Amino acid sequence: MTTVLVHGLGAVSPAGWGVPALRAAIEQNTPLPARPLARPGWSSPLCSRVVPPPGRRLDFLAHPRLRRASPISQYVVAAALEALGQDLARVQAGSLRLGVVVGVMAGGVSYSRRFFEEALKDPATASPLIFPETVFNAPASHLAAFLGSSAPSSTLVGDEGVFLQALALAGGCLRRGQMEGCLVIGTEETDWIVADALRLFTRRAVHSAGAGALFLKPGSPEADGGIELACVTDAFPFLRSLNRSAAARQMRAQLPGCSEHELLCLGTQGLPHADAAELAAWQDWTGPRQTPKAILGEALVASAAWQCVLACDALQRREFAAANVSVVGVNQQAIGARFVVSHSLNPL
Amino acid sequence: MLFPQSNATPARTRVVVTGAGIITALGAGWRANADGFRAGRTAFRKVTLFDVSRQRARIAAEAEWPATLPATRLSPKELGRLDRAARLLLLATHEAWGQAGWAPEEAAELPLLLGTTSGGMTLGEAYLCQALQSPRAFRRQATRVAHYQAQRHALTVFDAFGIRGPISIISNACASGANAIGHAWELVRYGGAQRVLAGGYEALCQLTFAGFDSLQALSPTPCRPFDAQRDGLSLGEGAAVLALETFDSARRRGAEILGEIIGYAATTDTHHLTQPHPGGQAALAAMTGACASAEITPEQIGYVNAHGTATPQNDSSEAAAINHWAGARASTLPVSSTKAHIGHLLGAAGAVEALVCLMALREQWLPPQNAINSPDPVCRFPIVCEPQDANIEVALSNSFGFGGANAALVLRRWR
Repeated sequence: MTTVLVHGLGAVSPAGWGVPALRAAIEQNTPLPARPLARPGWSSPLCSRVVPPPGRRLDFLAHPRLRRASPISQYVVAAALEALGQDLARVQAGSLRLGVVVGVMAGGVSYSRRFFEEALKDPATASPLIFPETVFNAPASHLAAFLGSSAPSSTLVGDEGVFLQALALAGGCLRRGQMEGCLVIGTEETDWIVADALRLFTRRAVHSAGAGALFLKPGSPEADGGIELACVTDAFPFLRSLNRSAAARQMRAQLPGCSEHELLCLGTQGLPHADAAELAAWQDWTGPRQTPKAILGEALVASAAWQCVLACDALQRREFAAANVSVVGVNQQAIGARFVVSHSLNPL
Repeated sequence: MLFPQSNATPARTRVVVTGAGIITALGAGWRANADGFRAGRTAFRKVTLFDVSRQRARIAAEAEWPATLPATRLSPKELGRLDRAARLLLLATHEAWGQAGWAPEEAAELPLLLGTTSGGMTLGEAYLCQALQSPRAFRRQATRVAHYQAQRHALTVFDAFGIRGPISIISNACASGANAIGHAWELVRYGGAQRVLAGGYEALCQLTFAGFDSLQALSPTPCRPFDAQRDGLSLGEGAAVLALETFDSARRRGAEILGEIIGYAATTDTHHLTQPHPGGQAALAAMTGACASAEITPEQIGYVNAHGTATPQNDSSEAAAINHWAGARASTLPVSSTKAHIGHLLGAAGAVEALVCLMALREQWLPPQNAINSPDPVCRFPIVCEPQDANIEVALSNSFGFGGANAALVLRRWR
């Protein structure tokens, strides 16, 4: 049976551009500083953890499809390129059929907001350059164009759990041989309208942005070794018949019991009310834990992507034999994933 | 588990349609729409939902429905919170669900796959307007945030019909609805699920209308796909939902089968964010791939429901693709775009148009385009211009979207 292996990781976050910056921030275990985010009609700003400027000029921004693209597309391409690594050349040469699945919740919100404001003022002068960037699949499209990849690309919309759904979708396509590799990316961008909306539900959450990417390929552990996507649990939607706590418990039940050799990467962020369901579901876990949102902020689907990137990164560094990722999303579902080190690499 | 799927199998299960629901500007329900499409009725009028007085284009195909929504498990308060998009989705799902006749235990694990481009954007617009104009007025803002998101619409469907299962919302611009049905087809075909609800929905909203107008993509008059003098698209709104299940499941419970989905393919056109490659290569690949997955040739296709937006670029590119794909068959292959009747439904288009193909196959007619003065000479295929009965066994439906998202579905008549 074909397995699905994680061949590369990429990240853009308030910690910086690249997985090393993400890892360093988590190791430091101190919430990153928040910056003020101006909001119209208010003298007091909102708070946000923004992606800092890249340390060096990003060559890919010279591509015609990216010159005017919204930040979310820049994050997607940067994370994708880091994850692809040397396989980029194979994709651009047409010798690796690469699918793309992008997960978002708010999407290209800054351009959407700007365009609608222009349309309200005077639709005759609303910018036609901005409107196309408002579609949810603009980032996936720009990435495909940059890579020169005509394989199917999908943009899934939902809460944080949609990133794990994207992993499952990619895994299924790879197993069926519909593509030879797949980039799975979760991303969001900063805008006052999102921070404003978030504040209606939880005043202490800090809005954040960026992207996380996993590059998946089929393989067999015996031949290739590496980090395997072992499973994605069922998605448990929040319904009248299945509340948030029950959904979290059902997700937990599909993942293994506690082990000190395994890492648990949670979506909690130090907010008692928001975190309650997830913490209760995992109360039996006495092994090591990571909580990236507490350090990086609430970046919705990007946050779930960072959880998976950090989990896989820890496995690649042989810190653990396996890692479980738990997502109890803001308003849709509870879902989990498990990554394991294949036997050929596992020293334990 | 979503992955790996324990029942996944390399064997290919037949996927049949046992329920279908639709609402467009032609009306609510299969009968109203089938009669409208068959007669070639058009449904464009001046936009009433928002101010278009400062827009170049001022018409669209607005849907209407009875003031009282059909009975579901939703309370009156919950129904009162539904925005326009959620109501369209609920109406289409109600018809499909009722027709499928699945037992309650079959609803306990029922994936829902939906395509949409803007979800409840009218609520998002209202949120932004209030945040700008009255920033300290919070009334209704939290409800707007909660209910404008597409996943909320999907959860509402689950609550309305007592369903549980994974929700997938695909937003691939104008291919979204076709992608949702295609993904659902693959899910059933490869053993990931016995039954699935899949479709697309879209409500007219000011942001999208202004957006297409800013691109000069809207026609001031009802759109004329493949016409030599075509000058842009017309927007519409609506929803279509299909109940898909394995043939074995349908046969075991004696369900009425409306049709069969036999092929699907998706590709990406990297030419431009909003314009297709003039040669239509990615569209060609989608059509070719869909037929290959269905194991049929162009000669076996009896009708093509084109994407046919009536923009100069799309129709030229799509015509080139159809010409190339069909080869010698092109000169006798009936093609039409039902966007000439109900406009471009964006995220719902692929789902609605797949359902139109099902109607045509089941009732044996071809949907005409009445609004065409002279076909573009680039079309080597005949455009269906008059209502007519037909003898068709297989239909192909094209959907090509912003961002180069291309999808093609193949449907077969059920005998």
